[in-house]
Amino acid sequence: MPDGAEPILDVSDLKTIFRTRDGEVHAVNNVSFSVAPGELVGVVGESGSGKSVTMMSLMGLLPSPPAEIVGGDIRFDNEDVRKMNPTRLRALRGGDIGFIFQDPMTSLNPVFTVGYQLIEPLRIHLGLSKKQARIRAAELLALVGIPDASKRLSDYPHQFSGGMRQRVMIAIALACDPKVLIADEPTTALDVTIQAQILELIKGLRQKLGMAIIWITHDLGVVAEIADRVLVMYGGQVVEHALVKDLFARPQHPYTRALLETLPRVDGAREERLRSIEGQPPNLSAHPSSCPFAPRCGHVHDRCRSENPARRMVSAGHDVACFWSPPNAG
Amino acid sequence: MLNYTIRRLMFAIPTLFVISFIIFAILDLSPGDPTGNLPLTIPPDVREKIRESLGLGQPFPIRYLKWCQQFFVNEPLNLIENWTGWTIGDGERLRVTSWSTRSPVVDLIAERMPQTLWVVGMSYVVAILIAIPIGVISAYRQYSLFDQIGTFVSMVGFSVPTFFTGLILIVVFSVNLGWLPSVYDTTHKVTDWSSFWVQVRQMAMPTMVLALATTAQLSRFMRASMLDNLNQDYVRTARAKGLRERSVVLIHVLRNSMIPVVTVIALGVPAIFGGAIITEQIFKVNGLGALLIIGIQGADIPLVQTLTFLFAVLIVFFNLIADLLYGILDPRIRYD
Ligand SMILES: Nc1ncnc2c1ncn2[C@@H]1O[C@H](COP(=O)(O)OP(=O)(O)O)[C@@H](O)[C@H]1O
Ligand SMILES: [Mg+2]
Repeated sequence: MPDGAEPILDVSDLKTIFRTRDGEVHAVNNVSFSVAPGELVGVVGESGSGKSVTMMSLMGLLPSPPAEIVGGDIRFDNEDVRKMNPTRLRALRGGDIGFIFQDPMTSLNPVFTVGYQLIEPLRIHLGLSKKQARIRAAELLALVGIPDASKRLSDYPHQFSGGMRQRVMIAIALACDPKVLIADEPTTALDVTIQAQILELIKGLRQKLGMAIIWITHDLGVVAEIADRVLVMYGGQVVEHALVKDLFARPQHPYTRALLETLPRVDGAREERLRSIEGQPPNLSAHPSSCPFAPRCGHVHDRCRSENPARRMVSAGHDVACFWSPPNAG
Repeated sequence: MLNYTIRRLMFAIPTLFVISFIIFAILDLSPGDPTGNLPLTIPPDVREKIRESLGLGQPFPIRYLKWCQQFFVNEPLNLIENWTGWTIGDGERLRVTSWSTRSPVVDLIAERMPQTLWVVGMSYVVAILIAIPIGVISAYRQYSLFDQIGTFVSMVGFSVPTFFTGLILIVVFSVNLGWLPSVYDTTHKVTDWSSFWVQVRQMAMPTMVLALATTAQLSRFMRASMLDNLNQDYVRTARAKGLRERSVVLIHVLRNSMIPVVTVIALGVPAIFGGAIITEQIFKVNGLGALLIIGIQGADIPLVQTLTFLFAVLIVFFNLIADLLYGILDPRIRYD
């Protein structure tokens, strides 16, 4: 397992702010995590918890202004990403790190053929000729399970179904054999059967290609199925981090516990309806000076309102940002 | 795509016939009298004869059908004969004839066409060449100083009519500075560099006046279209692939943004011909606009009918072009 392995991507204390006309949005607050080669890390959290902004910050994909990375250290293969010059940064994007976005219906350019869009990164990063790139593009489409690959290269995105488009996006992200693949809710916009197919595809590709994967989702069920480790995010912070089995066996943070309770259970009696977590998501207009989950927390006490808990170790490879400990914690 | 083209064409033909009928009917109902400008000493019975000789004695439907035959059959045949040198039939055909000059209307138009095309065409090309980069930069640097200035100039171009900008330019560049001629000399022939320079100088002001109005509109349109597209998800994908910013904007975003702009450009061509009527009056360009005004003043109904109908043809034709361009530029439409 990843223990001890040199991380391929190492992020510490990342802080990203949006300076908008209505004031600041502290979208990412001191987020730290690392990913080892070949590892699959799941990132969960409700909408607006800063998952996408964290990942986009890593690759400098946020529009600036309004976005600004105000602090933190991002290392890819021991290289400081924030100090990279534009040329190196472009090589990182699409070359070393592949990115898959949430909505396959809008993530492809409607006026260019799928082949063109797939060939672009091959030509820039690998310097392939048009002919070589086309051959490789067809291979990639076949790899992600698109039948009749070489013919479909000259089709436009609207001629593909949603699931097929997401496969094309995966092919683009994998085009240059990236060392890290970041998938930002790649199955959220797809229906359940297609979602299952895409999960299978990624599982297979991961074994075949051996890259590290960061898989963002708000579905703990998906995480349980494919991830090695999980980061739970809330209010722009990592509130809990553990191996998947530890997280499901001994969830520490009240937010994680609440998330797990919202999962429909396979065994026990069905509840009347799916439960959701009460209350509003946190206000991100300033640097957090208290626990962001305090207003919605059932175990809140005074300290939570005056101090933002730091991440503390609970057991090897398991940490939580909370003052409270569940009574049966082992 | 072929199907689509044919369908659009089939639709254009009846449209044009309906338009030609309406134009003919409206002008026929108008109170103008072609003998009104003749000296008062001419007695009424002679006036009546003149009217009859102009074909006014016949009932309305007959006159319409005759005009149709002249315009849709005789004139095209005549054009073909002139271009190819063949003789079709006996070569003797009744042509649409101007009442005031007694010469064929089409010949008058052919005479005036080059001036208008030069001024209007050039102004449109200039406008497009200026408007697109301005629109792209204003959108890419939204709210920058460049964008603010662009917004202001567009507002001016939008709200100030061409007859006003035209006069201002004449006052500044012809009267005060004396750099440019205020009157367009239609008889000027370009034979060498110095006469070419004269042509450029006399075209400068009418072209700029027309171009300003068009640039204002097109650059705003381009900007809005770019802004729409810059926030699209596919732009983020393009960046995430590691493309240069220049490729992202000038290939991915521009290509999408051009789709609505190109249609607007095509649809704007007839409108700018209309706008040229006023500009031609101001700079005394002897073009189609001036011809139309003369025709209206002299109650020269065949001339006005034909010119108005030609404008209608332009509108229908460029609508068709716009539709086809849309189909060519947007694969989602092309394949339906
Ligand atoms: N361009 C932006 N301008 C201002 N705020 C933004 C912008 N993009 C994202 N945010 C804010 O950042 C926070 C985190 O968003 P995001 O990372 O997209 O959440 P998610 O976890 O659902 O991916 C949200 O509160 C959102 O409102
Ligand atoms: Mg998101």
